[in-house]
Amino acid sequence: MTAAAAPADSRRVALADLLGPAARRNAWSLGLLGFLILLLVFTKLIEPRYGVTGIQGLAISVLPLALAAVAQAIVVISGGIDLSIGSIMALINVVSAVLMQGQSEEFGVAVVLGVLVLGLVIGAVNGGLVVVTRIPDIVVTLAMSFVWAGCALLVLPTPGGGSAKWLMDLVSGSLGNDWIPKAAVVLITVVALIWIPVRRSWLGLSFYATGSNRLAAFRSGVSIGRTKLLAYALMGLFAALAGLSLTASTGIGEPVPGPYTLLSVAAIVLGGVSLAGGRGGVFGPIVAVMILQIIRTDMTFLNVDTNLATVVQGLILIGVVMIGSLVQIRRARA
Amino acid sequence: MSGVAGASKARSPWLSAAVWRGLFRDRPMIPLLALLAMLVVASELVRPGIVGPDWIGVILRAAVPLAILAGCQTLTMLTGGIDLSVGAVASMSGFVVASLAAGTGTPTAIVIALVAAALAGLVTGIGVGVFRVHPLIMTLGMGLVVLGLANFWQLQTLMSSTGVPPELRWLGSGAFAQVLPYSLLVIVPLAAVILVGLRRTGYGRLLYAIGDNPIAARLAGARSWQILVVLYVISALLAAVAGFLLSGYTNVASVSLADSALLPSVAAAVIGGTSILGGRGGYGGTMVGALILTVITSLLSSLGYPDAVTQILFGAIIVAVAAAYARVTSQS
Repeated sequence: MTAAAAPADSRRVALADLLGPAARRNAWSLGLLGFLILLLVFTKLIEPRYGVTGIQGLAISVLPLALAAVAQAIVVISGGIDLSIGSIMALINVVSAVLMQGQSEEFGVAVVLGVLVLGLVIGAVNGGLVVVTRIPDIVVTLAMSFVWAGCALLVLPTPGGGSAKWLMDLVSGSLGNDWIPKAAVVLITVVALIWIPVRRSWLGLSFYATGSNRLAAFRSGVSIGRTKLLAYALMGLFAALAGLSLTASTGIGEPVPGPYTLLSVAAIVLGGVSLAGGRGGVFGPIVAVMILQIIRTDMTFLNVDTNLATVVQGLILIGVVMIGSLVQIRRARA
Repeated sequence: MSGVAGASKARSPWLSAAVWRGLFRDRPMIPLLALLAMLVVASELVRPGIVGPDWIGVILRAAVPLAILAGCQTLTMLTGGIDLSVGAVASMSGFVVASLAAGTGTPTAIVIALVAAALAGLVTGIGVGVFRVHPLIMTLGMGLVVLGLANFWQLQTLMSSTGVPPELRWLGSGAFAQVLPYSLLVIVPLAAVILVGLRRTGYGRLLYAIGDNPIAARLAGARSWQILVVLYVISALLAAVAGFLLSGYTNVASVSLADSALLPSVAAAVIGGTSILGGRGGYGGTMVGALILTVITSLLSSLGYPDAVTQILFGAIIVAVAAAYARVTSQS
């Protein structure tokens, strides 16, 4: 469309016009990516030994939170929020660890498929409650976080259980080249296989439509209830994947939820997803998760107290979001 | 509820569903107090003889810090916000007092803790009011900052968790005649100020106005950034007071003391009828909500279920109560 409007004699301008909207749409994510590269260079400078093992460690350690952030991003894009993601992850983690302990490798495949379905169901329960009760999403999912965490404790009171060998092999080590960690391949594959088809279908469109303007979406023929239910179910699926990645990376089940719920909210906001809904994607949040993790690594290299590292994480979160909102305020005025 | 009302409709037009609904809409306290009464009766049925002066004292003592923290949520939720930093601020304040009281004396330590809390609230308020960062994310980030600083301070002072000054222990866990806890001395004036402030002062009205319709409030001349900055300072100060009481109640000064009270504080405000979308609600319902949650907790623990089942029931009850409340008091 823009290309046609551009002067025909200047191919360069036309190309810039073509690339322009795409770059502008993803400006925030691209900026984050640049920041991540800067951080990687900085890490290499302060710790010359940082290399293959560092990258592999980074990939494994970001996997659960990255998947949780994708889950959160999907719900927030469609206009909700889920504060029970951490609890769902814990539940899936313990269920898979208990079922897989001492069982055959083949049985592990069935367990993985089973808990993924369980994740879908759990997400659908959250979504169904939001749709049926019409209480704000934040309240429902906050209450459900107690329920799912309680279920996790019921399944496994103390840390334990085990994991199938192939599941643990799936995320540790590298694929072919040392620089391509398996965990990163898993992350990219899962997101590409599940999110991209959804994003490109009517379903993804109705997620964005519902999130950006519920009434307009309803009047355009989008079933709000069904969209929300499916968004939550998809969230449950990704939360289940995140929980499985916990099992895979630790090899055990841990019934007490980690700090993933709030960190996932922080990551999606850093990643350019608007909490008001309808804006953002899953690429930005994944990059944001890596940034949060690598800052933590840098702090250990610099011998900064880990508690101060928490402070710095909080400050970066606040600072980046402040900059983002300042940019928006100025754009609105201009 | 509607079944009962429907059955009586045939006989008496005065008790139709619409009448009940209108009554509940105008007086949302009635269903809340009825629920509280039902829970008290249920506690008595589960453990005959448990409900008595001692029990009331125990419930009140546990409910007061929760009610204050829920007050932070109520005030911020009225403007359409939320304060997720109350847990960190409350723990930090309790810990600062416990670590400084021996050296500086309790009053000075309390003042220092209040100043620290107010600073945190000021930063939050500037972020939300001036930079228009979403309150959820601003208070989340501030919570991380406060928690990290408190942890750092803990390492610097190398203090074990036994230094809660006797004054706070007296205030948090003592009681008149073993029944009325001294913490009522704190919450009664606080509650009066909040209730009167929300109903009768211009500032209180402005909180509702901003939450109900920020654009209309701005066009009417409200300077929302000033209101929000003050609001988040107030919220942090309230959280600090709750932290003092909580550390006195538990006799523990730890930097994660109030973390577990964060989610119940949001739940108490929501059950109490404050809309998380802003503009609707009040502190009276929130206090009843805090009492309801405390009674539920004590009821569940007296049933003797394992911790896990208690948690599940707790969450399920919150959803059920919030859903029923929304239905009973709905506008349509």
